Amino acid sequence: MAAVTADQKTQSTSGTAKAAGTGAGPAAGTAPDAADAALLAAFDAAVAADDRIEPRDWMPEAYRATLIRQMAQHAHSEIIGMQPEANWITRAPSLRRKAILMAKVQDEAGHGLYLYSAAETLGTSREELLDKLHAGRQRYSSIFNYPTLTWADVGAIGWLVDGAAITNQVPLCRCSYGPYARAMVRICKEESFHQRQGYELLLALSRGTEAQHAMAQDAVDRWWWPSLMMFGPPDDASSHSEQSMAWKIKRHSNDELRRRFVDICVPQAEALGLTLPDPDIRWNEERGQHDFGAIDWTEFQQVLKGNGPCNEQRITQRRRAHEEGAWVRDAAAAYAAKHTTPSTRTAQHVEETA
Amino acid sequence: MSAALALGDDALVLSHRLGEWAGHAPVLEEEVALANIALDLLGQARVLLSLVGDEDELAYLREERAFRNLQLVEQPNGDFAHTIARQLYFSVYQHLLYERLAAGDGEFAGLAAKAVKEVAYHRDHAEQWVLRLGDGTAESHERMQSGLEALWRFTGEMFQPIEGLDAAGTTGTAAATGTTGTTDTAGTTGTNGSGSGVDWAELESAWLSAVTATVERATLTLPTGPRTGAWAAGAGRQGLHTEPFGRMLAEMQHLHRSHPGASW
Repeated sequence: MAAVTADQKTQSTSGTAKAAGTGAGPAAGTAPDAADAALLAAFDAAVAADDRIEPRDWMPEAYRATLIRQMAQHAHSEIIGMQPEANWITRAPSLRRKAILMAKVQDEAGHGLYLYSAAETLGTSREELLDKLHAGRQRYSSIFNYPTLTWADVGAIGWLVDGAAITNQVPLCRCSYGPYARAMVRICKEESFHQRQGYELLLALSRGTEAQHAMAQDAVDRWWWPSLMMFGPPDDASSHSEQSMAWKIKRHSNDELRRRFVDICVPQAEALGLTLPDPDIRWNEERGQHDFGAIDWTEFQQVLKGNGPCNEQRITQRRRAHEEGAWVRDAAAAYAAKHTTPSTRTAQHVEETA
Repeated sequence: MSAALALGDDALVLSHRLGEWAGHAPVLEEEVALANIALDLLGQARVLLSLVGDEDELAYLREERAFRNLQLVEQPNGDFAHTIARQLYFSVYQHLLYERLAAGDGEFAGLAAKAVKEVAYHRDHAEQWVLRLGDGTAESHERMQSGLEALWRFTGEMFQPIEGLDAAGTTGTAAATGTTGTTDTAGTTGTNGSGSGVDWAELESAWLSAVTATVERATLTLPTGPRTGAWAAGAGRQGLHTEPFGRMLAEMQHLHRSHPGASW
């Protein structure tokens, strides 16, 4: 379950605006000297030509800061996102489903690792980013603050949450920053697989007993609106995404992606034999897209502020795992320090003979 | 088919315990590693249980007294050192046992040959952590020693012969066909020469020397207490379990049992 959500993007872009305003970005108050101007021109040309920016390339500080924040929040979402699904590992109703779920949660930890590594190419560290997550100074996707109350929620997360994440993330495979784009190519492949498995889980429930069908419908009813919120605030309230679009970090607007997602989901819900909890969904012949009802942005803001159903629980569990694991990490470091001599020698030897 | 059930239950129950770590591991790499081991074990369990009957019926509809797993694998996770102690004891046992099964020509030879590759990784993972925790900080040393001590009393059970796997096995005609198995030394638990050919006394001494070597390298001390629990050795194999196991099964089976006959 991966979700770079637009609520994170909003965070990122407001960070950008702030950085630029305080003089760190291209809009700095002091006039850039000729060398800086040449670097900026080369950067702009590379972005315009759809070339990839690589770790050793010059980049505007605000671009770097925006990416660090977005990639970190993306990584954090993978890590926090393990919790709502791991909640059902020990209760999975068949061994086959249990194996699928375990593999998925494992993949999420792996995605977190890719993304922290990719973020580290920008000059930060995983430890630093995790500290910020634990201190509440960096966010994760708001969707993971909702509880998984039944087994069907595992399917709804796969179908809707992973579906929304993929809609958001496929364009990131063409993101201007190379390491992020390459991480997303790998991640999107696995996410698509998870999404199909989630759909298939719901299909089995929908075609199962009456109680199973009701369980599936209830899960979709609870996860539908939060999934639409994953795309972030409406375009007219998301004034900062312009810079991310210009840098080709972001390729499409929040509303554009949200509409695309609704269009994908409507026929899938029909095929599942489930309804979407929105009486206003109907095909708009004129636009060639579905119209749909209004999102409760008050709820969205509450969840973002930390007042969602599971915000406290999620961050507490994350902090506790980190704190309770401190002695293990200390032990590994102490052991490595005691036993470095031979491996250091080996490394030196390799260097000398190379 | 009690051998497939015993080995399958070991893998199923330990997999479940490791699954409880998801989202709680001390470092992200361990989230991946523990889930990976849990998945390998679950895969083994599914193959083994399917030899006996329907895997889900066996996993979800048997009660505590019908499970044949070792008491060791049902022990709660405790702290990371307790989990690692359990992993060390079990993975060394499983590795040595599967090596012997793979070398024989019994009915588990093929299955063991595949599983032994996975289990070699599990064993390496456990041994590497015992070294790091034992020879890490004072705190980790103490915790690792405590984990080894706490689980020691469940280790004797591993070497009670499993019907069908010992030298006088019940694998049908195999018992009459004479010698096999490269590791089949003069068994103390039966007559020579079944297809499986596990010599349990030899397995136990191989296990003891492997575990001792790792423990000593990790600057730890091999526990000295009795190696059987409150129950006679072999209790888990007879369906006599420890109290935490029932609660584990209640959680594992609840949803499946709430929807009789449903498919998932």
